[in-house]
Amino acid sequence: MKASIGGYARAESVPHALSLLGEADGVGRILAGGQSLIAALNLGVSAGDMLVDITGIETLRGATLDGDRLVIGALTRHGDIARDPLIAEHAPLLAAAAPLIAHDAIRNRGTIGGSLAHADPAAEYPACVLALDATLVLEGPAGRREVAAEDFFLGLFETARADEEILTAILIPCARPGDRHVIREAARRAGDYALAGLAVVRREGRHRIGAFGLDDRPVLCAGAMAKWDAGDVDGMIAALAKDIDPPSDTQASASYRRHLAGVLLRRIAAELGEAQ
Amino acid sequence: MTIRFEDPNRPNSYIGRTVPRPNAGKLVAGRGRYVDDIVLPRMVHVAFVRSPHPHARIGAIETGAALAEKGVLKVFTGKDLAEICTPWEGKLAHLQGMKTPPQHPLAVERACWVGEPVVAVVGRTRAEAEAGAALVEIDFEPLPAVTDIRTALDKGTPVLHEALGDNLCFRKSNEAGEVDRVFAEAPRVVEATFKTARHTGVTLEPRVIITDWNGADGQLTAHVSNQAPHMLQVLLAGHLDIPESRVHVICGDVGGSFGLKVHVYPDEVATAAIAKIMGRPVKFASDRVEAFTSDIHARDHEATGRIALDENGMILGFDVDDWTGIGPYSIYPRTSAVEGLQVTNLIGGPYAFDHYRCRTSVVFQNKGICAQYRAVGHPVAVAITEGLVDKAAAEMGIDPIEIRRRNLIADDDYPKTTAAGLKLEGLSHHKSLDSLIEAMDYEGLRAEQKDLREKGVHRGIGIASFIELTNPSPFMYGIGGARISAQDGCTVRMDPDGSVVALTGVTEQGQGTEAIMAQIVAEAVGVSPDLVRVVTGDTRVTPFGGGTWASRGAGIGGEAALQAGRAVRQQALEVAAAMLQAKAGDLDVRDGIIVDARSGEERLTLAEVGRIVYFRGDTLPKGLPRELMQTRHFITSDYPYAFTNGVQASYVEVDTDTGFVKLLKHWCVEDCGRIINPLLVDEQIRGGIVQGIGAALFEEVCYDASGQMLNGTMADYLVPMSAEMPDMVIRHVETPTAESALGAKGAGEAGTAGAPAAIMNAINDAIRPLGGTVTHMPFTPERILRALGTITD
Amino acid sequence: MSEHFRSRIDLEFTVNGEAVELTVPAGRHLIDVLRLDLELTGSHAGCEHGVCGACTVLVDGQTVRGCLTLAAQLDGAEIWTVEGLTESGAIADLQAAFVERNALQCGYCTPGMLASAKTLVESGSVPSREAIREHMSGNYCRCTGYEAIVDAIETVARTRAGVEARVEAKVR
Ligand SMILES: Cc1cc2nc3c(=O)[nH]c(=O)nc-3n(C[C@H](O)[C@H](O)[C@H](O)COP(=O)(O)OP(=O)(O)OC[C@H]3O[C@@H](n4cnc5c(N)ncnc54)[C@H](O)[C@@H]3O)c2cc1C
Ligand code: FES
Ligand code: FES
Repeated sequence: MKASIGGYARAESVPHALSLLGEADGVGRILAGGQSLIAALNLGVSAGDMLVDITGIETLRGATLDGDRLVIGALTRHGDIARDPLIAEHAPLLAAAAPLIAHDAIRNRGTIGGSLAHADPAAEYPACVLALDATLVLEGPAGRREVAAEDFFLGLFETARADEEILTAILIPCARPGDRHVIREAARRAGDYALAGLAVVRREGRHRIGAFGLDDRPVLCAGAMAKWDAGDVDGMIAALAKDIDPPSDTQASASYRRHLAGVLLRRIAAELGEAQ
Repeated sequence: MTIRFEDPNRPNSYIGRTVPRPNAGKLVAGRGRYVDDIVLPRMVHVAFVRSPHPHARIGAIETGAALAEKGVLKVFTGKDLAEICTPWEGKLAHLQGMKTPPQHPLAVERACWVGEPVVAVVGRTRAEAEAGAALVEIDFEPLPAVTDIRTALDKGTPVLHEALGDNLCFRKSNEAGEVDRVFAEAPRVVEATFKTARHTGVTLEPRVIITDWNGADGQLTAHVSNQAPHMLQVLLAGHLDIPESRVHVICGDVGGSFGLKVHVYPDEVATAAIAKIMGRPVKFASDRVEAFTSDIHARDHEATGRIALDENGMILGFDVDDWTGIGPYSIYPRTSAVEGLQVTNLIGGPYAFDHYRCRTSVVFQNKGICAQYRAVGHPVAVAITEGLVDKAAAEMGIDPIEIRRRNLIADDDYPKTTAAGLKLEGLSHHKSLDSLIEAMDYEGLRAEQKDLREKGVHRGIGIASFIELTNPSPFMYGIGGARISAQDGCTVRMDPDGSVVALTGVTEQGQGTEAIMAQIVAEAVGVSPDLVRVVTGDTRVTPFGGGTWASRGAGIGGEAALQAGRAVRQQALEVAAAMLQAKAGDLDVRDGIIVDARSGEERLTLAEVGRIVYFRGDTLPKGLPRELMQTRHFITSDYPYAFTNGVQASYVEVDTDTGFVKLLKHWCVEDCGRIINPLLVDEQIRGGIVQGIGAALFEEVCYDASGQMLNGTMADYLVPMSAEMPDMVIRHVETPTAESALGAKGAGEAGTAGAPAAIMNAINDAIRPLGGTVTHMPFTPERILRALGTITD
Repeated sequence: MSEHFRSRIDLEFTVNGEAVELTVPAGRHLIDVLRLDLELTGSHAGCEHGVCGACTVLVDGQTVRGCLTLAAQLDGAEIWTVEGLTESGAIADLQAAFVERNALQCGYCTPGMLASAKTLVESGSVPSREAIREHMSGNYCRCTGYEAIVDAIETVARTRAGVEARVEAKVR
């Protein structure tokens, strides 16, 4: 199908984008990489949107260090995340996640902000920011606010971002020496959304596990994390099954996904040196 | 004169060599001309409103809002088009008892599947037509839907077409010997159930057609992405009441077809009808989402099969009950019964045994229409056969190679008529198996498998022997009354510069028709292939032919090209003989030059012959025929089909924790008779294998119980992509057919026929020691874990 | 509608080295601009939702999906399609290798394949077959089974890196 949109405007800055959103009468839509939005428009999922193109706002692109936090601009593309040495050093989880997303041509345009705002439950980054204990920066008509990743994902494609807010940056506590970051997923074909995936961060003996493809939203697996911290690997696998509520679809049933999550977690634990 | 194919040093030895495809250069430069690339003056676009219901009565249709939309020009309903277009029924007279109701270009009273076209909206652009289509309101009254295959004939199931009495489209049983007695007495009977999922073709280029009615000439022109231009010409003429001679079908570059583009589609006929009404060019370019619901589907078979063996593992018989659901209508004009029919013919095909029974039941349902798609019936029959053979081997403790050795028809046992009634001219199962074992180092792989098994790595080796039906005679469709040509023709013409033009009724879909025709004609005439230009896909220009289907291009069209080319060579020799005052029989044509046949001494160029014939005919003896153009047609007559054979092997690793299968390597040894271009044959086989891999591991059109399609996008219907595909080793044995001088059979479907069974057997070889087997395709990770008992709820 | 939102967009960019000025509907994606407005029909659409790769073209040196990029987003961009890449000779070796190895049948996927392959062989290193398969995994081909495509790309990568090709054995 051919996309049907109401109008298009290019934003020069974040305030400009906010004012455009304000003018759009509730049908404003931020256009970042377009790799989810335009696909949806082409499928006729929505029509008549007023697109506010933010890709020209250079200040939202790239990663910088701010003390012991890594600041990643919302417009940083998947391909740049995979290649940026700063990200590889301070948030290796994201550097490892980016190549798992789709394919080159999509990674060349898709942005981390778009992925987080879109909040596909099977996407890699949302689970990563949970595991990384990241903070998301939102700017709106009422100003700037920070939302912990844990409070950001509310449901299927649903986040704490208000319609008139823009996700501008992701703040990530820098990895420390000895920290381990691992992401593992099982996808039917390279680049597909995974049937199940887990992003794990170990810091000073404590673990954070973000799950994707395993619920209607990315999930921080609190039960499994507690068991792991306590050194109980079998208990961790059992707890994981309760932390998640996987969907069933034409690819796999909930039971299969639950089982697969357990296998992935056991493999990650083994990789991190846990006795089985 | 016969060609000494066995001598690679013979003059003009182009047949059997890898020569580059003449049309590849333009395609890599982006200079192909696919139908959607064509823009005609005054062209408009049509978009269809398709049924969102599996089954519904069509009530009032409100088109006012659509017509008021900017850019929308016309809206047509089923009733509108029924006035100028007659309905069709996909039936063949020789398929006794077959039923199917009349089908219209747009549904008239009832919509019978999700995706059936109901209303057509014409706009200046596709976007405008779509916008209009979104505004059409149709009052649908949902009706009960039939979806399940096995219960379609039960008393409690609603009847989809009341006038037909029940949901049975066609049923046939093929029986020989004493099946009941043999199965009752056999020392060993092994049984299993099989499912092959519903597939669709997913050609990268979706279906597309432009039709143009020129009222002044009373002529319809159709540019269409299709495999059988002459068939379409005849059928469009018939249903739109235009003389056949006034319908001109042109198939330029086609972006893949695989059987998907050999059928009559209601939306395409509607496009032609609309062009006739509006008197201007109309384009219909299917988008991907409508392709999933409106392109033909295929396979969707469920079968229960038994094999009987004696105590030595010698096969005594097969007994198979096959069921298939084909949607609400039988496809036109080939019918949707043929896939089931093929299954009843092909079960047990490679083996020698005496007792046979296979019944197929073809039932109607409210899903997309199923029809012929690459390797029609073969993957189903091969999976059932080879699945049963392997299961029997495993139960009897016989190696899979050994059980095949014992039972494959001996290479010297031809001609042979099998228990299923197939007439086989000559096959090479044993030679092929030998070659396979050597290519894959079977013993080495077995040793590696054993070693790794001890380390907890589960690998499997799967073998699948198969036969493939190619070069069909009129026994396939013609005898049933369908105007589908089994013969094919080629016109070869030499031009003044000594170059050659070949016009063939076979079409190019990327398989390399143009290349092999150029090679054949080059060898036949005696010129270099780059001097041969091949013209395909134009009903005004080429000899009347069947097009491309059932792997017939090389074997049927190729032979016609060979004969036509030789006839032109003979004409050139006769002219040259007159010019040189020699005997034609003492001369030969080599690389564009007339030579003395014995000494090889060069006498004249073909260009000189051309110059004299076309410009200085006055210098030739009066009464000497001075034409350099000949047409020949070819049809097989000794055998209804030329069967080919082959054997495939797959090596896989199963992750028994996740159920994921990794394809490590794939082998295929295949015998398609005379090979015309080794590289093209190999790539046909490779492409076919990957389609078979799709069937084994990925592809499945899913419907829910109410008849709604659940995975109609390319993100959800998984096709094979490069990362998961293995490297494939291809080898050949050559057993030419004696029906033609060329000796070629077909090779287009072998890969697809055998690959699913090979992979199934490999997976089962890997997991059988753990207590599981899978027979329900595709073998998703979940199905494998369920077979292993890892997941039970 | 606010005056800042436009339903038609004025664009200036270069396509295949030629400056182009054009006004298009705001919802027009790049692949339609190329095919319909600029008559560059070498790039194809196979799915229009980002999955098949047939529409892959180069924007500012990187591959993008023509169906998932609005032309409006490309003001000032430098776009290359198979037509321009052919003319400039930039992918002549890839094209020759595709023909030699028969890495195309119907050819519908080929322009997208070539665009994706170009960025891989440009790196100058010799990727493994697995890496080639992975890199090309976003480009669907129904005809070839991919092996010939992988071979052709491997050959070019090796030749460019000065390493001898080793897949010619398959071309008998
Ligand atoms: C074939 C294919 C395969 C894919 N596979 C994967 C995969 O395996 N894993 C994966 O994670 N993703 C996958 N994706 C999606 C891809 O990662 C997208 O790039 C990503 O989801 C969206 O990013 P974007 O920049 O393109 O956002 P857009 O498409 O531009 O926007 C997406 C949504 O987010 C909103 N939005 C975007 N940016 C902001 C912002 N800064 N502030 C507020 N709202 C914003 C938009 O309004 C829109 O609603 C795939 C996509 C395709 C086409
Ligand atoms: S058309 Fe763009 S990816 Fe398929
Ligand atoms: S060559 Fe036909 S899709 Fe690739």
